[in-house]
Amino acid sequence: MKHANAKKFGMVIDLDKCTGCGSCMVACMAENNVPFREDETDKLLSLSWMRVYRLTNGKPFPDTEECYLPRPCMQCEGHHGHSPCVSVCPATATDYDTNTGIVSQIYTRCFGCRYCMAACPYHVRLFNWWDPVWPDGMEKSLNPNVSVRMRGVVEKCSFCIHRYQQAMDKAFVEGRRELEEDEYQTACTQACPAGAITFGDLNNPEHAVYQMVQPDAQHEGRPENPTAFRLLERLGTNPKIYYLSRREWVRRAGDNYLARESQSHAG
Amino acid sequence: MDTALIPEGVKRCPAWQFILWIGLVGVVLLWGVYAMLLCWIKGLNQTNMNNAYGFALWIWADLAIIALGGGAFFTGLLKYIMGKDQLKNIINYAVLIGFICYSSALLILAIDIGQPLRGWFIFWHANVHSMLTEVAFCLTCYFGVLCIEYLPLVLENRQVDRVPFFHNLTHNMHEIMAVFAATGAFLSFFHQGSLGGVAGVLFARPFGYRTGVLVWPWTFFLFTWSAAACGPCFTIFITKLTEKIVRKKLVQDNVIELLAKIAGWMLATYVIAKIFDTAYWAFVTAPSKGFTVSDFYTGNPGSIYGYWILVMEIVVCGVLPAAILITDKGRKTQATLWLAVILAAVGVCLNRWVMVLQVLAVPVLTFESWATYFPSWQEIATTILPVAYGVILISLSYRYLPVFPQEKELNPMVSPHTPEGRAEPQASPASPEPALSPAES
Amino acid sequence: MFPFNFEWIWDAGHLVFHGGLWYALSIMGLGVTYCIVKALVDTAKGKGAHHH
Repeated sequence: MKHANAKKFGMVIDLDKCTGCGSCMVACMAENNVPFREDETDKLLSLSWMRVYRLTNGKPFPDTEECYLPRPCMQCEGHHGHSPCVSVCPATATDYDTNTGIVSQIYTRCFGCRYCMAACPYHVRLFNWWDPVWPDGMEKSLNPNVSVRMRGVVEKCSFCIHRYQQAMDKAFVEGRRELEEDEYQTACTQACPAGAITFGDLNNPEHAVYQMVQPDAQHEGRPENPTAFRLLERLGTNPKIYYLSRREWVRRAGDNYLARESQSHAG
Repeated sequence: MDTALIPEGVKRCPAWQFILWIGLVGVVLLWGVYAMLLCWIKGLNQTNMNNAYGFALWIWADLAIIALGGGAFFTGLLKYIMGKDQLKNIINYAVLIGFICYSSALLILAIDIGQPLRGWFIFWHANVHSMLTEVAFCLTCYFGVLCIEYLPLVLENRQVDRVPFFHNLTHNMHEIMAVFAATGAFLSFFHQGSLGGVAGVLFARPFGYRTGVLVWPWTFFLFTWSAAACGPCFTIFITKLTEKIVRKKLVQDNVIELLAKIAGWMLATYVIAKIFDTAYWAFVTAPSKGFTVSDFYTGNPGSIYGYWILVMEIVVCGVLPAAILITDKGRKTQATLWLAVILAAVGVCLNRWVMVLQVLAVPVLTFESWATYFPSWQEIATTILPVAYGVILISLSYRYLPVFPQEKELNPMVSPHTPEGRAEPQASPASPEPALSPAES
Repeated sequence: MFPFNFEWIWDAGHLVFHGGLWYALSIMGLGVTYCIVKALVDTAKGKGAHHH
């Protein structure tokens, strides 16, 4: 009954549209009360739920090409909800919600063993090495719908789950059980000036994300659109972030291939 | 000063020398405690770990000392279950070393977690599918077993043993020690194994991931196996080292040789299994995920993670010590025995190192590069802390407890040459036997 | 750890894992209890006292 109309929220990011401006990162930090420090030079200590990578085809001028790749949490489903991080958490502090397809993180349950960070190949899981400190006055502008995290726990992109909860609350009050596509959108999606990010329910054929990638439910959501790909699909993580690019080298950068393998052969 | 506490019929260094020694090691211990407090008070920003290296020196130290402490469960299994009765002459020390290793591992874990006050969540909110949960439970339970096994030795202190209740308790615990040893072996099998599983189940980390049987990756079995092989080697190493330091023989050669022989065969079979595992991983598992072995061993800064690791771990620290220990001559020659046990211990530490740090260092996303890491002084100090603690506990135990049953017969004390600093116990001069020896029961 | 923890499920995983855990804990607990009780009885009977 519960699963009959289960959602599978996912995201499609058109890399040919992304300009690498970083609006998604900024919007995400503001929306989710992500703390920062005065000195953020060491990016391996930064908390960026959404991080934009710069890719290059490695060719000399004039054939050099670049591509920016925004990377939120992949919300991996693995095989039947067996995502890399959820299965390893010793304290059940992270969970795969089969109703939404979102991997949650319970900050008050996490005791900071960081096993999930070791399990995640995308580096989306980040540790609070410090207690959050906000510049004077800034605490007044924190988002009241998102709890801030204390030092010593792991945090990550939540697909702005609080927005989903708020939208569901509103729908319930209005006597509805289903959301419209635009009622629940993540902060990064709305912030992207190029419209490169699309968010919606991958189980719903009427949603844009479904139409853009045509996920094959028989093959763990593998995209039928030939220009779509997912990061590290071969590892069996079954992520819900899809990328679009007409450039072959960009698609090939999404996964590891042996020298003799072509992308289609391996996929 | 403390002669009344020293076991009968054995010689110990003068009290001032002992206090000086403990004081020196104590300074190192305090340095570690200071670093530990810094980590607890200021948080894990005191370390050089980062979001790419969530597991680092501490987790390696945990895995390594638990493997090295494997001598306790395996020697116990051999003595109490397999009936290798000779090993009674080394089992006390194996238990003591195990006790130190496991208590240290628990301490390091308590420093390593970001919210130490929530450490109990791992038990309370246990996720039974996580290898770390299995580690936590079995490790804690087995530490309980080690306490039970170490307790009788403490109670055998000359003065404590005079209390009839403690004397009886010691006797009763020895009587049913086989039950505890069996429980310990059961728990050890699972926590040594699940430590192997920690990296083995990471299906999105191709360097660590292994196929396996049911829910257990092959590393599960390899870790248990290598701990059973290299743990006893470490016990032998520490025993030989202790003999060198106190300049006397404490355990007879035939006992050491028996343990070395069994460890040697365990190591030999382990190395064969490890070679098969490595080959299958390199030629089947990793390529199925788009990786070749050269992706794991080349192109990293300074070539730290090079093919030399495979050669070092499998050949130099695996095949070589195994070959020495399974031959009669190799075991009987002191130099080769020393070499073999040291290499075996180094080998298992190296294996644990790559299964923690290299797993995280290897880039998985094609557009990322190798992650590098060097521990902070706080991490190093807290890792040396258990070594200092171990030295102190061994020193105290050796001085005040009858750790080595053969010490007296191997080092007879000729009565006219009663060494200075050791007064005769309050026995009648006519009695050659110590007056405070426990009563027959 | 206990059936009243809300994440507890009565499935094979929990039964095997916690079955093994409580089995080991029981053996350890019973073993130690036996030793202590027997030592108390022995001591009451006058065993282990030194005669000199």
